[in-house]
Amino acid sequence: MTAAATLAAPVPAPRRNRQRLIESLAGSGFALPAFFLLLLTNLVPLAALLYLSFTNYELGALDTRFLGLDNFHKALGDPVFRRSLYNTFAYVAMVIPGAVGLGLLIAVLLHRRKRTRSIYEVIYFLPVTSTLIAMATVWQFILHPALGPVNAALRALGFGEIAFLSEPAYVLPTLAAIGIWQLVGFNMVLFLAGLSAIPRDLYEAAEIDGCRSGIDRFLTITWPLLGPTTMFVIVTTSITAFKVFDTVAVMTRGGPMGASEVLLYAIYLEGYQYFHMGYAAALTLIFLAFVLLFSILQTFVLERRVHY
Amino acid sequence: MATAMPMQDSARPITTGSSLLRRMFTLFAVHTVLICGAVFILLPFVWMVVTSLKSPSEIFTVDFSLWPKHFNAVENYGRALTKVPLLRFALNGFIVCAGILIVQVLVAVPCAYALAKLRFPGRNALFALVLLGLCIPVQVPALPLYMALASLGLLNTYFAIMMPFFLSVFAIFLFRQFFKSYPDEIIQAARLDGMSEFEIVWRIVVPSSWPAIAAFSVFSVVAHWNDLYWPLIVINDMNLATPPLGMLFFADSETGSNYGSLTAAATVITAPLVLAFLIARRRFIEGITMTGIK
Repeated sequence: MTAAATLAAPVPAPRRNRQRLIESLAGSGFALPAFFLLLLTNLVPLAALLYLSFTNYELGALDTRFLGLDNFHKALGDPVFRRSLYNTFAYVAMVIPGAVGLGLLIAVLLHRRKRTRSIYEVIYFLPVTSTLIAMATVWQFILHPALGPVNAALRALGFGEIAFLSEPAYVLPTLAAIGIWQLVGFNMVLFLAGLSAIPRDLYEAAEIDGCRSGIDRFLTITWPLLGPTTMFVIVTTSITAFKVFDTVAVMTRGGPMGASEVLLYAIYLEGYQYFHMGYAAALTLIFLAFVLLFSILQTFVLERRVHY
Repeated sequence: MATAMPMQDSARPITTGSSLLRRMFTLFAVHTVLICGAVFILLPFVWMVVTSLKSPSEIFTVDFSLWPKHFNAVENYGRALTKVPLLRFALNGFIVCAGILIVQVLVAVPCAYALAKLRFPGRNALFALVLLGLCIPVQVPALPLYMALASLGLLNTYFAIMMPFFLSVFAIFLFRQFFKSYPDEIIQAARLDGMSEFEIVWRIVVPSSWPAIAAFSVFSVVAHWNDLYWPLIVINDMNLATPPLGMLFFADSETGSNYGSLTAAATVITAPLVLAFLIARRRFIEGITMTGIK
């Protein structure tokens, strides 16, 4: 009986227990630095943020009161915050169709190219790697009413000059165009990955069934099979666009007349320029709520991709 | 059968002829669209480099010309390098990216290994926290971290720029996925040989996880070389500025008056990553889009 038990378990019990002990000690030890840093850089700040959002704390202020939900009430009525929230969503709404649609178009056109694919890939991916601040400065020059090439071209074609960045009606679409310029290459790569997962013989089968034109093939095979990828790209693009800050900070600083105030820029001003910490904390929590909403959507989409 | 054959034979050349024409047309249309897009993408890069070579008088004329008539590169780049410590910005960027990356890997690798291969109390809870952490952008803990750093007198230090990024939950998540597929038999054999868990991680698992670590390194360096938000908050000493922040300082001090040196500075700041990208194209695309593909 004892002999049979030892045979069945090649590792003797004391040794197995020792292994368990080593694993739990080593595991805890290995996880400890990460856990400590997670606490320090994420969890404690999150708790502090929550607390701050209920107070009127200002950096350097002597007396701090507990306000309850007043900061959130204030945010709802604050014209600057409402405008920045509206602008952020308008920006997201403009970037999504451009960055996703163009990314998909480029990917579909590139997918079958053999010799030229890599050169186009490099070109379209270039903005993703380059420093947006530096490129935003260049864009500012390109769009300059008097000195920039875009207005020079418009003049040459007989149109009037367009003040892309100083006309309230144009500033947000202009920033969105630059956002699209930065994101297209990223989305293109995601779509290319999605396209390469579609089996080739499906296209051959469709051709036999009478799907001759490229548009027919796209509508009957590519688009439905790419659906999960598309949903995923839309959500990632939304999150990135929602966090727009760099171009606003360099090119417009929220102007003209608040037409390009966005959420992160409003938080930046309240928190680090006016030092209204309590109010900025409340705005940050609202920002986080939206990001979490997008993230939940993302998990939901990923879940669906698995079941597809 | 006999009637069908000739029909097909006579039909084939016609379809091939028209389909060849159609293919030529499609090819033409496809490349037209791709080239138009490429021009839009490349416009700022070309304009940046060309302007950085031009003299001010040429930049300020209304006559539009792409290629400079007189080269003014030495003056433009000279001004960019002397008016602000541009090379210092690059060095700062290098120090910050390297510091962040080293700590991130040193912290994330053992944690990821523990999550993937070891049974220890609290493992599932920790992994749940990691997943939660994936959804929290750095702008959220930024406010309390800024206040803590300010009260400790640590603003305007390299430590302040790097500190929020020491822990990358994304690195933990990614490495865990990668380590999970590492064969248990090898780890078991190493244990029987008397290797400690520490040695197993760094001498056996890590060397074979090079692709994941390389991809993550690209991701991390690109993200932190280009980051503006956090350095803008904690740094106002120009000598500690990272490249994007330095660019902002420079743009402010020039107030748009000298586009020649401004674009020269932009070229210098953009060049390192763009060159690295052109050299290691595959790694870059893989590393940066990793967040998307997961």
